[in-house]
Amino acid sequence: MHNFLFGIYPYIAITVMVMASIVRYERDPFTWKSKSSQLLRKRQFVIGSVLFHVGVLIIFGGHLVGLLTPISVFDTLGISHEAKQILAVAAGGVAGLMALIGGILLLHRRLFDPRIRANSTFADTGILVLLMAQLLLGLATITVSLRHLDGEEMVKFMNWAQAVIYLRGNAADYIHDVHWLFKVHIVLGLTIFLLFPFTRLVHMFSAPVRYLWRPGYQIVRSRRGAQPAPTGLAPLPRAGMEPGE
Amino acid sequence: MSQLLDRLNFLTSLRKGTFADGHGQTTIENREWEDVYRRRWQHDKIVRSTHGVNCTGSCSWKIYVKSGIVTWETQQTDYPRTRPDLPNHEPRGCARGASYSWYLYSANRVKTPLIRARLLRLWREKRKSMDPIEAWTAIQNDPAARASYTRIRGKGGFVRASWDEATEIVAAANVYTTRKYGPDRVFGFSPIPAMSMVSYAAGTRYLSLIGGTCMSFYDWYCDLPPASPQTWGEQTDVPESADWYNAGYLLLWGSNVPQTRTPDAHFYTEARYKGTKSAVICPDYSEAAKFGDIWLNAKQGTDAALGMAFGHVILREFHLDRQVPYFTDYCRKYSDMPMLVRIERQGDRLVPGQQLRASDFVRSLGEKNNPDWKTVGIDEISGKVVVPNGSIGFRWGETGKWNLEEKAANKDIRLKLSLIDKADHDKVAGVDFPYFGGAATNGFAVDDRGGILTRSVPLKKIKLAGGEEVLVATVFDLLCANYSLDRGLGGDHVAKDYDADVPFTPAWAERITGVRRDKIIQVAREFADNAEKTKGRSMVIIGAAMNHWFHMDMNYRAVINMLVMCGCVGQSGGGWAHYVGQEKLRPQTGWTALAFALDWARPPRHMNATSAWYAHTDQWRYETVRSQEILSPTAPAGDWSRLSLIDYNIRAERMGWLPSAPQLKTNPLEIGRAAKAAGVEVKDYVAERLKSGELQMSCEDPDAPENWPRNLFVWRSNLLGSSGKGHEYFLKHLLGTDHGVQGKDLGEEGAVKPVEAVWHERAPEGKLDLLVTIDFRMSTTAVYADIVLPTASWYEKDDMNTSDMHPFIHPLQAAVDPAYESKTDWEIFKAIARKFSEIAPSVLGVESDVVQLPLQHDSPGEIAQGVVRDWKLGECELIPGKTAPAYISIERDYANIYKRFTALGPLMEKIGNGGKGIAWDTKNEVHHLKALNGTVTEEGVTKGMARIDTAIDAAEVVLMLAPETNGEVAVKAWEVLGKATGRDHRHLAEGKEDEKIRFRDIAAQPRKIISSPTWSGIESEEVCYNAGWTNVHELIPWRTVTGRQQLYQDHEWMRAFGEGFVTWRPPVDLKTVGKTATRALAANEPHVVLNFLTPHQKWGIHSTYTDNLLMLTLNRGGPVVWISEVDAKKVGLVDNDWVEVFNINGAITARAVVSQRMKEGSMFMYHAQEKIVNTPGSQLTGKRGGIHNSVTRIVLKPTHMIGGYAQLAYGFNYYGTVGSNRDEFVIVRKLSKVDWLDEPATQITEAAE
Repeated sequence: MHNFLFGIYPYIAITVMVMASIVRYERDPFTWKSKSSQLLRKRQFVIGSVLFHVGVLIIFGGHLVGLLTPISVFDTLGISHEAKQILAVAAGGVAGLMALIGGILLLHRRLFDPRIRANSTFADTGILVLLMAQLLLGLATITVSLRHLDGEEMVKFMNWAQAVIYLRGNAADYIHDVHWLFKVHIVLGLTIFLLFPFTRLVHMFSAPVRYLWRPGYQIVRSRRGAQPAPTGLAPLPRAGMEPGE
Repeated sequence: MSQLLDRLNFLTSLRKGTFADGHGQTTIENREWEDVYRRRWQHDKIVRSTHGVNCTGSCSWKIYVKSGIVTWETQQTDYPRTRPDLPNHEPRGCARGASYSWYLYSANRVKTPLIRARLLRLWREKRKSMDPIEAWTAIQNDPAARASYTRIRGKGGFVRASWDEATEIVAAANVYTTRKYGPDRVFGFSPIPAMSMVSYAAGTRYLSLIGGTCMSFYDWYCDLPPASPQTWGEQTDVPESADWYNAGYLLLWGSNVPQTRTPDAHFYTEARYKGTKSAVICPDYSEAAKFGDIWLNAKQGTDAALGMAFGHVILREFHLDRQVPYFTDYCRKYSDMPMLVRIERQGDRLVPGQQLRASDFVRSLGEKNNPDWKTVGIDEISGKVVVPNGSIGFRWGETGKWNLEEKAANKDIRLKLSLIDKADHDKVAGVDFPYFGGAATNGFAVDDRGGILTRSVPLKKIKLAGGEEVLVATVFDLLCANYSLDRGLGGDHVAKDYDADVPFTPAWAERITGVRRDKIIQVAREFADNAEKTKGRSMVIIGAAMNHWFHMDMNYRAVINMLVMCGCVGQSGGGWAHYVGQEKLRPQTGWTALAFALDWARPPRHMNATSAWYAHTDQWRYETVRSQEILSPTAPAGDWSRLSLIDYNIRAERMGWLPSAPQLKTNPLEIGRAAKAAGVEVKDYVAERLKSGELQMSCEDPDAPENWPRNLFVWRSNLLGSSGKGHEYFLKHLLGTDHGVQGKDLGEEGAVKPVEAVWHERAPEGKLDLLVTIDFRMSTTAVYADIVLPTASWYEKDDMNTSDMHPFIHPLQAAVDPAYESKTDWEIFKAIARKFSEIAPSVLGVESDVVQLPLQHDSPGEIAQGVVRDWKLGECELIPGKTAPAYISIERDYANIYKRFTALGPLMEKIGNGGKGIAWDTKNEVHHLKALNGTVTEEGVTKGMARIDTAIDAAEVVLMLAPETNGEVAVKAWEVLGKATGRDHRHLAEGKEDEKIRFRDIAAQPRKIISSPTWSGIESEEVCYNAGWTNVHELIPWRTVTGRQQLYQDHEWMRAFGEGFVTWRPPVDLKTVGKTATRALAANEPHVVLNFLTPHQKWGIHSTYTDNLLMLTLNRGGPVVWISEVDAKKVGLVDNDWVEVFNINGAITARAVVSQRMKEGSMFMYHAQEKIVNTPGSQLTGKRGGIHNSVTRIVLKPTHMIGGYAQLAYGFNYYGTVGSNRDEFVIVRKLSKVDWLDEPATQITEAAE
């Protein structure tokens, strides 16, 4: 069972996440959206959403960097396991609290605002509940982590994660003896990966990051392969620049 | 190809260039997403259709179909152009029409035939052992079984059924009723043929073939302004909206053009740009008020007072102090103003009597034909009394002199308007005019000066045939006295000064209407001044708002008088623009043949619905208005005040003035049989037995079971959710189900009962055996029906549509086949006719049906009764067709109803066709129809006749026979009219002989109709369609006593009820908010009493669209009433609060819209908001709140019953009682508990099953 949950289940979860996302994107591109409820009710939204997203992004980045960076990199840089552990606990704790407060605000309006509630699907509410559960579990693990600040436990998870990614095949062995809270946290996390393509979480893939460096306000989408319009001039007829052509 | 792969382009730059200093960029990226938007607006085809919704808009629409589904609609823009100097008609269409396609696939669509479960169970059980007629008989003979389904009408419990079963029940009920009580107990109600004329004709053709009763609608809706037939002998004829553009002065009076004439409002805007001045009169700050250069916010219901003051100013400044030659000339030629009126003695007083007739003089002034129907005037040239051409006596029995040429006995004449010159009159004496200003109630300004105002009039002595010397006056002189104009003759109640406190001065009107006198003077002056400068281009656009008051005739006649005084009627850009329903059925004469099966039998059975519903819903049993309350103090001697309002109606039916339904208490088929057996002619057989009392007219005992309407078809209509005034009385007495009637009837109240009508101690409840509603949506009427048949929507059938607002005829077409199990109306009635023919032969064969026919307008019968004589009172002999209705024997072939329905019968060739008093031959048209539609090849009674199988066949019949759509017929019709007038009118259609409009033509583009004598306007390159144009320019007389615009109504009943001349009559007191009603209020409960007004709305056309989700979203999503901020404060209401609105007639629940637009003391409830959407329970009744008509009850007006008297003669939808409802008051309180009456669905279903 342990081997299934931590050795095989990760692959199932990741495969489903990738494959189902592709299928969804191909078949139902118009369902690919964040489905924001801001239009339905602004109340609690801005503060809740910002807190939640900032917090989650930090945690997500932390997990990504913390788990997947080879341990030798830290060693080379001279960052001790202990320091990394403290950093992870401190940063993760603050970000986790932000995400928790924001998430509670969002969950409250989703459950108790009749308009939003009427417009919510099971998946909308469910994924938010799962994320909150995962956050609470994550925060709860801090209490365990504080008991062994040497960072050795953390290394076990890094090894596990890297074993999964590098297909070493023995990933589950690394975390045989960790606290059960961590195990639940990991299983739930993998489950969220599994559910990812069936929920609004897919909007993560489509974050409009490119907007940050897109220079123009007015976009003219030309036909593929067409010549660019002479700069500073209105497109000539038949230049193939007309948006509706 | 792939959504994902195409986007995996992080390594290629999308940017191809920038522009606008880098603010814009050109990219290459996947653009497939655009196809989604492209596909959204792609479609397989566009089909032309429209909305058959009783809206004058009559807009042609493009219906888009995609994959066999109607997806959306947009406005057509291909109307034929107007003239170069005139704006075009389009764009036409509004948000309401644009939302129609929602209905097709909505949950509210009726998808299959539905039958009340209890009825169906009874039927199936009986049908196991019986044939259909036996089965229906068995159900009807078992009172408990009958009540089991009639008592639960409106409470759900429908189950699906097959078409075969549904039509079998309907046909069985019709056959049973025909056999047992008579075919006239089968009623059909469907309004406004112009909105889908073939669908209308489907039902009425079936009814007319079996002998059923077709109910009128225009009068019932109170859209018919009786003032129009009273003045012009014309139902309603009005300018098209394009003619507004030709006006120099537009007076909008109670008409909210942008809101209720949305597609035409642009002509109003364009006219304003052109420089036309506009005044708007309405109590609220309406959408139209914003267009006005001046807004006169008269108190609701006081329009006549305002109109009287306008008339006072116009007469003073344009006819007396200064005479405008154009006005004087116009009035002399085109109005009855120069005609002489006999001044009668009443004790020692003088009152205006009848207009003098040729027959009053020695040797009838040389007139041999109808001298008692030829009015007289004084010729200025010869100084003698002459009989000018054109009066109604010239119309019948002779030809060539029924015209408006200034001639008498072939000599040129010039009629004298006034006898004011000393040389012209013999004396000046006081003549009495009734005055009703003191009778005001309910907060309307009381102006008590006694009931009689005596004013000085110049009179001439004239010697009559018997040597008798009488005093006479001209109508003009009497009119001036009536308007209180001081002409230097002395006496009281007249004024020279506008500030004088004398009735009808602007100062007086200020007190009654609340409009400042200077504004009144200004508008009157501008209106007349413009008419003077433009020769009549002043127009009054007027809505039903003013016509819905009990004394609507005063409102309207005050307006019409202004127009006549200023020579506006019949002039381009001028006249009376009364817009109500979609009344103008342009190809009318072609259509009547099809619709009323005139190709098989004449006449059909027509009924004026107002009188019928008043009797059959027992609203007469609760009458609160006594006749003496509306009687004139100057009434001629008679038993006027002894009679109740229904008594007047009974007398009118008895004298042949109004139709009856049912007609006789005995089955007319039995009478036909007995007459045949006795070998006596039907009319003599009936006359003799009516006198002996062996036969009785049904009207005398409306509550006797033999006289109940037994079957009722409602199609193209929402009778119970919209027009059913006295809604709760319909529910109680006609349907016999739950109702909200609070008041007690006259018997329980111990009040004075009618003397002519038989009184039953217990009023019947549940008169109808069967209510069949045919609709595409589950309307209120459908909810109350026993059987609901699903009909095709307006995008699923072929039909035709016309309006008074534009001159085009255009189609409804089947863009898709009827959805679900629905069928078109044409196919539904064909199916019923087929079933009827199948099952009838066991009890009905070829029968002789005795049809009763009142004295018809536009027939010789219209001059049957110069004096009022009731045969039953022994005042005259009973002569059918003269002193009583005519009785005509008609052969019905009940086994061949279906065959007759689907073929054009022989009478079109044998007798021909016609309308409005003229008739022409149609052999040629029938010949063409046989070629066009094909002939019947099946053996039987119709073999060789032209087919009318499909709705398009039916449309072709209409188009072929009507002069408006067949130029050859138009020329023929003008020629025939020319014989009567002695003038050649053919030029109005000449050159159009070969113009024949077919259904496929109008499918391609709306077509302008051809000028026809059916209407008083013409289609030409010179002028827009405008009413009265041919009267003024072709000298064709109006169809009135004098042949001219009749401002003086000299009929005895008119004088009795004080309406010889127009005057101010305050709204009547209906006494519905008295003690019985206020009992419902708790001690000190805040409430307010308001005048209940029901104008037309913005979010629906009548009840259609009010249950449409798109339109509901644009308003409050359910029933609303509008009240003023002041009144809201009194009750502690804020906007959107729930209120209960009630009186003794019933109760309504709605949300309140609190608006500064509203006038204090009044409430708007936009009419016909369905009670099937978002309507909570009423605290008062414990039932769900009602519709707007839950607080109304109709009150009949005796002057509308007059018949056999030229313009005052019955015509279907033409003259008769009208259902007014604006005098109503209601109590408003806040709904303390909003109870949705929600019960578990299972309980309700069980209860209904």
